[in-house]
Amino acid sequence: MAKKGCLPLVVISLVLLILGFLFLRGPMAHIQLPAESVTKPIGFPLTNTILAAWLTIMVLVALSYLATRRMEEVPRGIQNFVETVLEVLLGLVESVAGPKNGRRFFPVVATIFLFVIVSNWMGLLPGYGSIGLVETEAKEGFIFQEKDLGALKLALIPPGGDKFTEEDLNSSPPLKKGEVAGGFVPFLRSANTDLNTPLALALISAIFVEYWGISTLGIFRYGSKFFNVRSLLKGSLMFGLIDLMVGFLELVSEIARIISFTFRLFGNIFAGEILLAAISFLIPLVALLPAFGLELLVGAIQALIFAMLTLVFGVIAVAGHGEEATAMETHTAVAPS
Amino acid sequence: MTEEAMRLLAPALAIGMGSLGPGIGIGLLASKALESVGRNPEASATVQINMILAIAFCEAIAIYALVVAVIIAFVI
Repeated sequence: MAKKGCLPLVVISLVLLILGFLFLRGPMAHIQLPAESVTKPIGFPLTNTILAAWLTIMVLVALSYLATRRMEEVPRGIQNFVETVLEVLLGLVESVAGPKNGRRFFPVVATIFLFVIVSNWMGLLPGYGSIGLVETEAKEGFIFQEKDLGALKLALIPPGGDKFTEEDLNSSPPLKKGEVAGGFVPFLRSANTDLNTPLALALISAIFVEYWGISTLGIFRYGSKFFNVRSLLKGSLMFGLIDLMVGFLELVSEIARIISFTFRLFGNIFAGEILLAAISFLIPLVALLPAFGLELLVGAIQALIFAMLTLVFGVIAVAGHGEEATAMETHTAVAPS
Repeated sequence: MTEEAMRLLAPALAIGMGSLGPGIGIGLLASKALESVGRNPEASATVQINMILAIAFCEAIAIYALVVAVIIAFVI
Protein backbone atom coordinates (compact mmCIF):
# COMPACT_ATOMS: atom_id res chain seq x y z
CA MET A 1 0.00 0.00 0.00
CA ALA A 2 1.47 3.37 -0.99
CA LYS A 3 2.12 5.77 1.83
CA LYS A 4 -0.28 8.31 0.38
CA GLY A 5 -3.21 5.87 0.47
CA CYS A 6 -2.51 4.89 4.07
CA LEU A 7 -2.72 8.27 5.74
CA PRO A 8 -6.50 8.95 5.49
CA LEU A 9 -7.15 5.49 6.93
CA VAL A 10 -4.90 6.13 9.92
CA VAL A 11 -6.48 9.55 10.50
CA ILE A 12 -10.02 8.15 10.31
CA SER A 13 -9.12 5.34 12.73
CA LEU A 14 -7.66 7.80 15.21
CA VAL A 15 -10.73 10.06 14.97
CA LEU A 16 -13.06 7.11 15.49
CA LEU A 17 -10.95 5.93 18.42
CA ILE A 18 -11.16 9.29 20.17
CA LEU A 19 -14.88 9.69 19.44
CA GLY A 20 -15.48 6.21 20.75
CA PHE A 21 -13.62 6.83 23.98
CA LEU A 22 -15.50 10.05 24.59
CA PHE A 23 -19.08 9.16 23.69
CA LEU A 24 -19.67 5.57 22.75
CA ARG A 25 -17.85 3.60 25.39
CA GLY A 26 -19.69 0.71 26.97
CA PRO A 27 -19.77 0.21 30.72
CA MET A 28 -17.51 -2.25 32.48
CA ALA A 29 -18.53 -5.70 31.40
CA HIS A 30 -20.86 -7.35 33.89
CA ILE A 31 -20.95 -11.08 33.38
CA GLN A 32 -24.13 -12.85 34.33
CA LEU A 33 -24.16 -16.58 33.70
CA PRO A 34 -27.78 -17.52 34.46
CA ALA A 35 -30.46 -15.72 32.49
CA GLU A 36 -32.31 -12.96 34.28
CA SER A 37 -36.07 -13.14 34.49
CA VAL A 38 -37.91 -10.14 33.12
CA THR A 39 -41.32 -10.75 34.66
CA LYS A 40 -43.12 -13.54 36.45
CA PRO A 41 -46.51 -13.66 34.70
CA ILE A 42 -48.15 -16.77 36.14
CA GLY A 43 -45.60 -17.50 38.80
CA PHE A 44 -42.80 -18.97 36.71
CA PRO A 45 -39.92 -16.73 35.61
CA LEU A 46 -39.95 -15.45 32.03
CA THR A 47 -36.30 -15.02 31.17
CA ASN A 48 -34.94 -12.69 28.53
CA THR A 49 -33.41 -15.60 26.66
CA ILE A 50 -36.75 -17.33 26.21
CA LEU A 51 -38.16 -14.07 24.85
CA ALA A 52 -35.31 -13.96 22.34
CA ALA A 53 -35.93 -17.58 21.40
CA TRP A 54 -39.62 -16.86 20.82
CA LEU A 55 -38.65 -13.88 18.68
CA THR A 56 -36.39 -16.15 16.62
CA ILE A 57 -39.22 -18.62 16.14
CA MET A 58 -41.55 -15.80 15.06
CA VAL A 59 -38.99 -14.58 12.53
CA LEU A 60 -38.59 -18.07 11.06
CA VAL A 61 -42.34 -18.65 10.91
CA ALA A 62 -42.91 -15.24 9.30
CA LEU A 63 -40.20 -15.98 6.74
CA SER A 64 -41.74 -19.34 5.87
CA TYR A 65 -45.20 -17.83 5.58
CA LEU A 66 -44.02 -15.03 3.32
CA ALA A 67 -42.10 -17.45 1.14
CA THR A 68 -44.98 -19.82 0.57
CA ARG A 69 -47.85 -17.38 0.35
CA ARG A 70 -48.15 -17.25 -3.42
CA MET A 71 -45.97 -20.02 -4.67
CA GLU A 72 -44.94 -19.86 -8.28
CA GLU A 73 -43.22 -22.30 -10.56
CA VAL A 74 -40.40 -19.87 -11.25
CA PRO A 75 -39.66 -18.40 -7.85
CA ARG A 76 -39.01 -14.71 -7.31
CA GLY A 77 -38.19 -12.61 -4.26
CA ILE A 78 -38.46 -14.17 -0.83
CA GLN A 79 -39.51 -17.54 -2.20
CA ASN A 80 -36.35 -17.57 -4.30
CA PHE A 81 -34.18 -16.74 -1.31
CA VAL A 82 -35.71 -19.43 0.91
CA GLU A 83 -35.55 -21.98 -1.88
CA THR A 84 -31.85 -21.25 -2.39
CA VAL A 85 -31.10 -21.69 1.29
CA LEU A 86 -33.03 -24.95 1.47
CA GLU A 87 -31.43 -26.24 -1.70
CA VAL A 88 -27.93 -25.61 -0.37
CA LEU A 89 -28.80 -27.30 2.93
CA LEU A 90 -30.37 -30.28 1.17
CA GLY A 91 -27.29 -30.66 -1.00
CA LEU A 92 -25.08 -30.65 2.06
CA VAL A 93 -27.24 -33.13 3.95
CA GLU A 94 -27.54 -35.49 1.00
CA SER A 95 -23.82 -35.36 0.36
CA VAL A 96 -23.18 -36.70 3.84
CA ALA A 97 -26.12 -39.05 4.34
CA GLY A 98 -26.96 -40.27 0.86
CA PRO A 99 -30.20 -39.51 -1.00
CA LYS A 100 -32.63 -41.68 0.97
CA ASN A 101 -31.38 -41.02 4.50
CA GLY A 102 -30.68 -37.43 3.56
CA ARG A 103 -34.35 -36.75 2.90
CA ARG A 104 -35.24 -38.42 6.16
CA PHE A 105 -32.75 -36.53 8.30
CA PHE A 106 -33.25 -33.21 6.54
CA PRO A 107 -36.12 -31.67 8.57
CA VAL A 108 -34.46 -32.01 11.97
CA VAL A 109 -30.96 -31.09 10.79
CA ALA A 110 -32.12 -28.08 8.77
CA THR A 111 -34.36 -26.85 11.60
CA ILE A 112 -31.51 -27.03 14.08
CA PHE A 113 -29.26 -25.14 11.66
CA LEU A 114 -31.80 -22.42 10.90
CA PHE A 115 -32.81 -21.92 14.52
CA VAL A 116 -29.23 -21.66 15.76
CA ILE A 117 -28.00 -19.37 13.00
CA VAL A 118 -30.98 -17.01 13.18
CA SER A 119 -30.87 -16.79 16.98
CA ASN A 120 -27.11 -16.20 16.98
CA TRP A 121 -27.30 -13.48 14.36
CA MET A 122 -30.31 -11.84 15.95
CA GLY A 123 -28.36 -11.65 19.19
CA LEU A 124 -26.00 -9.21 17.49
CA LEU A 125 -28.74 -6.72 16.63
CA PRO A 126 -28.79 -3.40 18.53
CA GLY A 127 -31.20 -3.61 21.42
CA TYR A 128 -30.20 -7.06 22.60
CA GLY A 129 -28.59 -6.63 25.98
CA SER A 130 -28.74 -2.83 25.91
CA ILE A 131 -32.41 -2.00 26.65
CA GLY A 132 -33.96 -3.27 29.84
CA LEU A 133 -35.13 -2.72 33.37
CA VAL A 134 -33.33 -1.45 36.44
CA GLU A 135 -33.61 -3.63 39.51
CA THR A 136 -33.06 -1.40 42.48
CA GLU A 137 -32.73 -4.19 45.04
CA ALA A 138 -29.94 -6.03 43.27
CA LYS A 139 -26.67 -6.56 45.07
CA GLU A 140 -24.46 -5.77 42.13
CA GLY A 141 -24.98 -3.73 39.05
CA PHE A 142 -24.37 -0.35 37.51
CA ILE A 143 -24.76 3.28 38.47
CA PHE A 144 -27.36 4.92 36.25
CA GLN A 145 -28.18 8.53 35.55
CA GLU A 146 -31.84 9.38 35.50
CA LYS A 147 -33.55 11.35 32.77
CA ASP A 148 -37.18 12.31 33.02
CA LEU A 149 -38.99 12.62 29.68
CA GLY A 150 -42.42 13.33 31.04
CA ALA A 151 -44.31 10.11 30.48
CA LEU A 152 -41.14 7.99 30.47
CA LYS A 153 -38.46 7.75 33.10
CA LEU A 154 -35.19 6.65 31.61
CA ALA A 155 -32.05 5.57 33.35
CA LEU A 156 -28.89 5.64 31.26
CA ILE A 157 -25.50 4.21 31.91
CA PRO A 158 -22.94 6.90 31.10
CA PRO A 159 -20.13 6.01 28.66
CA GLY A 160 -17.49 3.97 30.47
CA GLY A 161 -19.83 3.74 33.43
CA ASP A 162 -18.89 2.05 36.68
CA LYS A 163 -20.37 -1.02 38.12
CA PHE A 164 -20.59 -1.81 41.81
CA THR A 165 -20.33 -5.11 43.57
CA GLU A 166 -21.37 -6.32 46.99
CA GLU A 167 -18.22 -5.11 48.70
CA ASP A 168 -18.74 -1.55 47.47
CA LEU A 169 -22.21 -1.25 48.94
CA ASN A 170 -20.98 -0.36 52.42
CA SER A 171 -17.82 1.49 51.58
CA SER A 172 -18.67 3.62 48.53
CA PRO A 173 -19.59 7.33 48.70
CA PRO A 174 -23.32 8.14 48.56
CA LEU A 175 -24.92 8.65 45.16
CA LYS A 176 -25.19 12.12 43.70
CA LYS A 177 -28.58 13.57 42.87
CA GLY A 178 -30.11 12.02 39.78
CA GLU A 179 -28.15 8.82 40.09
CA VAL A 180 -29.66 5.46 40.73
CA ALA A 181 -27.80 2.26 41.49
CA GLY A 182 -29.22 -1.07 40.57
CA GLY A 183 -28.92 -4.24 38.62
CA PHE A 184 -29.59 -4.19 34.90
CA VAL A 185 -31.96 -6.73 33.38
CA PRO A 186 -32.01 -6.55 29.59
CA PHE A 187 -35.28 -7.34 27.86
CA LEU A 188 -33.61 -9.50 25.25
CA ARG A 189 -30.50 -11.67 25.41
CA SER A 190 -29.27 -14.01 22.69
CA ALA A 191 -31.06 -17.33 23.13
CA ASN A 192 -27.97 -19.55 23.15
CA THR A 193 -26.27 -17.62 25.96
CA ASP A 194 -28.56 -19.39 28.39
CA LEU A 195 -27.38 -22.92 29.12
CA ASN A 196 -30.92 -24.24 28.74
CA THR A 197 -31.33 -23.59 25.01
CA PRO A 198 -28.21 -25.47 23.82
CA LEU A 199 -29.09 -28.23 26.30
CA ALA A 200 -32.56 -28.52 24.80
CA LEU A 201 -31.16 -28.64 21.28
CA ALA A 202 -28.58 -31.25 22.28
CA LEU A 203 -31.25 -33.41 23.89
CA ILE A 204 -33.43 -33.15 20.79
CA SER A 205 -30.51 -34.08 18.60
CA ALA A 206 -29.60 -37.06 20.81
CA ILE A 207 -33.19 -38.30 20.96
CA PHE A 208 -33.53 -38.09 17.20
CA VAL A 209 -30.25 -39.90 16.58
CA GLU A 210 -31.39 -42.75 18.81
CA TYR A 211 -34.81 -42.74 17.16
CA TRP A 212 -33.31 -42.95 13.67
CA GLY A 213 -31.03 -45.77 14.77
CA ILE A 214 -33.79 -47.77 16.40
CA SER A 215 -36.31 -47.22 13.64
CA THR A 216 -33.86 -48.30 10.96
CA LEU A 217 -32.14 -51.22 12.65
CA GLY A 218 -34.72 -52.38 15.13
CA ILE A 219 -34.06 -52.21 18.82
CA PHE A 220 -32.10 -55.47 19.14
CA ARG A 221 -29.63 -54.75 16.38
CA TYR A 222 -29.23 -51.17 17.55
CA GLY A 223 -28.91 -52.25 21.18
CA SER A 224 -26.25 -54.77 20.22
CA LYS A 225 -23.96 -51.86 19.42
CA PHE A 226 -23.92 -50.93 23.07
CA PHE A 227 -24.42 -54.31 24.76
CA ASN A 228 -22.28 -56.40 22.49
CA VAL A 229 -22.77 -59.92 23.77
CA ARG A 230 -22.28 -61.62 20.44
CA SER A 231 -18.66 -62.61 21.04
CA LEU A 232 -19.46 -63.64 24.60
CA LEU A 233 -22.22 -65.96 23.44
CA LYS A 234 -19.98 -67.46 20.79
CA GLY A 235 -17.71 -68.66 23.56
CA SER A 236 -14.53 -66.59 23.52
CA LEU A 237 -14.25 -64.98 26.94
CA MET A 238 -11.52 -62.44 26.29
CA PHE A 239 -12.98 -60.96 23.11
CA GLY A 240 -16.41 -61.09 24.67
CA LEU A 241 -15.33 -58.99 27.60
CA ILE A 242 -13.47 -56.57 25.36
CA ASP A 243 -16.52 -56.13 23.16
CA LEU A 244 -18.66 -55.59 26.22
CA MET A 245 -16.35 -52.87 27.46
CA VAL A 246 -16.27 -51.22 24.05
CA GLY A 247 -20.05 -51.25 23.95
CA PHE A 248 -20.20 -49.67 27.38
CA LEU A 249 -17.78 -46.98 26.27
CA GLU A 250 -20.00 -46.28 23.28
CA LEU A 251 -22.92 -45.78 25.64
CA VAL A 252 -20.91 -43.38 27.78
CA SER A 253 -19.82 -41.49 24.69
CA GLU A 254 -23.45 -41.10 23.61
CA ILE A 255 -24.20 -39.36 26.88
CA ALA A 256 -20.98 -37.34 26.77
CA ARG A 257 -22.03 -36.14 23.33
CA ILE A 258 -25.03 -34.34 24.80
CA ILE A 259 -22.76 -32.49 27.21
CA SER A 260 -20.23 -31.67 24.51
CA PHE A 261 -22.89 -30.32 22.10
CA THR A 262 -24.33 -28.16 24.84
CA PHE A 263 -21.06 -26.68 26.00
CA ARG A 264 -19.68 -26.15 22.52
CA LEU A 265 -22.62 -24.00 21.47
CA PHE A 266 -23.10 -22.31 24.84
CA GLY A 267 -19.41 -21.58 25.34
CA ASN A 268 -18.92 -20.11 21.89
CA ILE A 269 -21.92 -17.77 22.01
CA PHE A 270 -21.56 -16.79 25.68
CA ALA A 271 -17.85 -16.10 25.30
CA GLY A 272 -18.64 -14.06 22.21
CA GLU A 273 -21.03 -11.91 24.20
CA ILE A 274 -18.40 -11.37 26.91
CA LEU A 275 -15.87 -10.51 24.20
CA LEU A 276 -18.13 -7.86 22.69
CA ALA A 277 -18.91 -6.34 26.09
CA ALA A 278 -15.25 -6.26 27.08
CA ILE A 279 -14.07 -4.79 23.77
CA SER A 280 -16.74 -2.11 23.79
CA PHE A 281 -15.35 -1.08 27.17
CA LEU A 282 -11.68 -1.27 26.21
CA ILE A 283 -11.41 -0.01 22.60
CA PRO A 284 -14.84 1.25 21.61
CA LEU A 285 -15.34 1.71 17.88
CA VAL A 286 -12.22 0.54 16.13
CA ALA A 287 -11.80 -2.93 17.60
CA LEU A 288 -15.55 -3.62 17.72
CA LEU A 289 -15.77 -4.05 13.96
CA PRO A 290 -13.49 -7.10 13.71
CA ALA A 291 -15.10 -8.48 16.89
CA PHE A 292 -18.57 -8.26 15.35
CA GLY A 293 -17.24 -9.90 12.21
CA LEU A 294 -15.83 -12.70 14.33
CA GLU A 295 -19.17 -13.09 16.08
CA LEU A 296 -21.03 -13.33 12.78
CA LEU A 297 -18.61 -16.00 11.61
CA VAL A 298 -18.71 -17.93 14.88
CA GLY A 299 -22.50 -17.84 15.03
CA ALA A 300 -22.78 -19.26 11.52
CA ILE A 301 -20.09 -21.88 12.00
CA GLN A 302 -21.52 -23.09 15.30
CA ALA A 303 -24.92 -23.53 13.64
CA LEU A 304 -23.32 -25.49 10.82
CA ILE A 305 -21.33 -27.63 13.23
CA PHE A 306 -24.30 -28.47 15.44
CA ALA A 307 -26.35 -29.51 12.41
CA MET A 308 -23.52 -31.43 10.74
CA LEU A 309 -22.60 -33.31 13.91
CA THR A 310 -26.21 -34.33 14.41
CA LEU A 311 -26.26 -35.52 10.82
CA VAL A 312 -22.97 -37.41 11.08
CA PHE A 313 -23.99 -39.17 14.26
CA GLY A 314 -27.32 -40.01 12.65
CA VAL A 315 -25.53 -41.61 9.72
CA ILE A 316 -23.34 -43.61 12.09
CA ALA A 317 -26.36 -44.69 14.12
CA VAL A 318 -28.26 -45.87 11.05
CA ALA A 319 -25.38 -47.91 9.65
CA GLY A 320 -25.26 -51.48 10.86
CA HIS A 321 -22.37 -53.12 12.67
CA GLY A 322 -19.38 -53.25 10.34
CA GLU A 323 -21.13 -51.40 7.56
CA GLU A 324 -20.22 -48.22 9.41
CA ALA A 325 -16.86 -47.77 7.76
CA THR A 326 -18.18 -48.26 4.25
CA ALA A 327 -21.24 -46.07 4.88
CA MET A 328 -19.08 -43.11 5.91
CA GLU A 329 -16.68 -43.67 3.02
CA THR A 330 -19.12 -43.86 0.16
CA HIS A 331 -21.15 -40.90 1.29
CA THR A 332 -18.51 -38.44 2.38
CA ALA A 333 -16.08 -39.21 -0.41
CA VAL A 334 -18.37 -37.77 -3.04
CA ALA A 335 -19.14 -34.17 -2.26
CA PRO A 336 -20.43 -31.78 -4.92
CA SER A 337 -17.98 -28.96 -5.27
CA MET B 1 -1.13 -18.93 49.50
CA THR B 2 -4.13 -16.84 50.43
CA GLU B 3 -7.60 -17.57 49.21
CA GLU B 4 -7.68 -14.28 47.33
CA ALA B 5 -4.57 -15.21 45.40
CA MET B 6 -5.97 -18.62 44.56
CA ARG B 7 -9.21 -17.06 43.39
CA LEU B 8 -7.29 -14.95 40.93
CA LEU B 9 -4.97 -17.71 39.85
CA ALA B 10 -7.48 -20.50 39.31
CA PRO B 11 -9.42 -19.17 36.29
CA ALA B 12 -6.22 -18.00 34.66
CA LEU B 13 -4.66 -21.44 34.98
CA ALA B 14 -7.84 -23.12 33.83
CA ILE B 15 -8.17 -21.27 30.57
CA GLY B 16 -4.44 -20.86 29.98
CA MET B 17 -3.48 -24.48 30.28
CA GLY B 18 -6.74 -25.64 28.83
CA SER B 19 -6.20 -23.90 25.52
CA LEU B 20 -2.67 -25.18 24.90
CA GLY B 21 -3.80 -28.55 23.60
CA PRO B 22 -6.64 -27.38 21.36
CA GLY B 23 -4.45 -24.64 19.93
CA ILE B 24 -1.82 -27.14 18.84
CA GLY B 25 -4.50 -29.55 17.68
CA ILE B 26 -6.26 -27.03 15.48
CA GLY B 27 -2.95 -25.96 14.00
CA LEU B 28 -2.09 -29.54 13.10
CA LEU B 29 -5.52 -30.13 11.60
CA ALA B 30 -5.44 -27.02 9.49
CA SER B 31 -1.90 -27.67 8.30
CA LYS B 32 -2.72 -31.20 7.17
CA ALA B 33 -5.92 -30.04 5.49
CA LEU B 34 -4.18 -27.27 3.59
CA GLU B 35 -1.43 -29.63 2.59
CA SER B 36 -3.92 -32.11 1.17
CA VAL B 37 -5.81 -29.36 -0.67
CA GLY B 38 -2.51 -28.29 -2.16
CA ARG B 39 -1.82 -31.80 -3.36
CA ASN B 40 -5.32 -32.40 -4.71
CA PRO B 41 -7.30 -29.22 -5.31
CA GLU B 42 -10.30 -31.14 -6.63
CA ALA B 43 -10.96 -32.67 -3.23
CA SER B 44 -11.10 -29.22 -1.67
CA ALA B 45 -14.83 -29.34 -0.79
CA THR B 46 -14.65 -32.71 0.98
CA VAL B 47 -11.49 -31.80 2.82
CA GLN B 48 -12.91 -28.46 3.88
CA ILE B 49 -16.12 -29.88 5.35
CA ASN B 50 -14.30 -32.59 7.27
CA MET B 51 -11.70 -30.13 8.48
CA ILE B 52 -14.35 -27.79 9.88
CA LEU B 53 -16.01 -30.71 11.64
CA ALA B 54 -12.75 -31.86 13.19
CA ILE B 55 -11.81 -28.33 14.23
CA ALA B 56 -15.17 -28.02 15.99
CA PHE B 57 -14.47 -31.13 18.04
CA CYS B 58 -11.04 -29.78 18.93
CA GLU B 59 -12.30 -26.34 19.85
CA ALA B 60 -14.95 -27.82 22.11
CA ILE B 61 -12.21 -28.90 24.52
CA ALA B 62 -10.99 -25.32 24.77
CA ILE B 63 -14.58 -24.23 25.34
CA TYR B 64 -14.92 -26.66 28.25
CA ALA B 65 -11.83 -25.07 29.81
CA LEU B 66 -13.30 -21.61 29.23
CA VAL B 67 -16.59 -22.53 30.87
CA VAL B 68 -14.75 -23.93 33.90
CA ALA B 69 -12.74 -20.71 34.14
CA VAL B 70 -15.87 -18.55 33.92
CA ILE B 71 -17.61 -20.66 36.57
CA ILE B 72 -14.65 -20.43 38.95
CA ALA B 73 -14.32 -16.70 38.37
CA PHE B 74 -17.93 -15.62 38.60
CA VAL B 75 -20.02 -18.26 40.25
CA ILE B 76 -17.92 -19.90 42.93
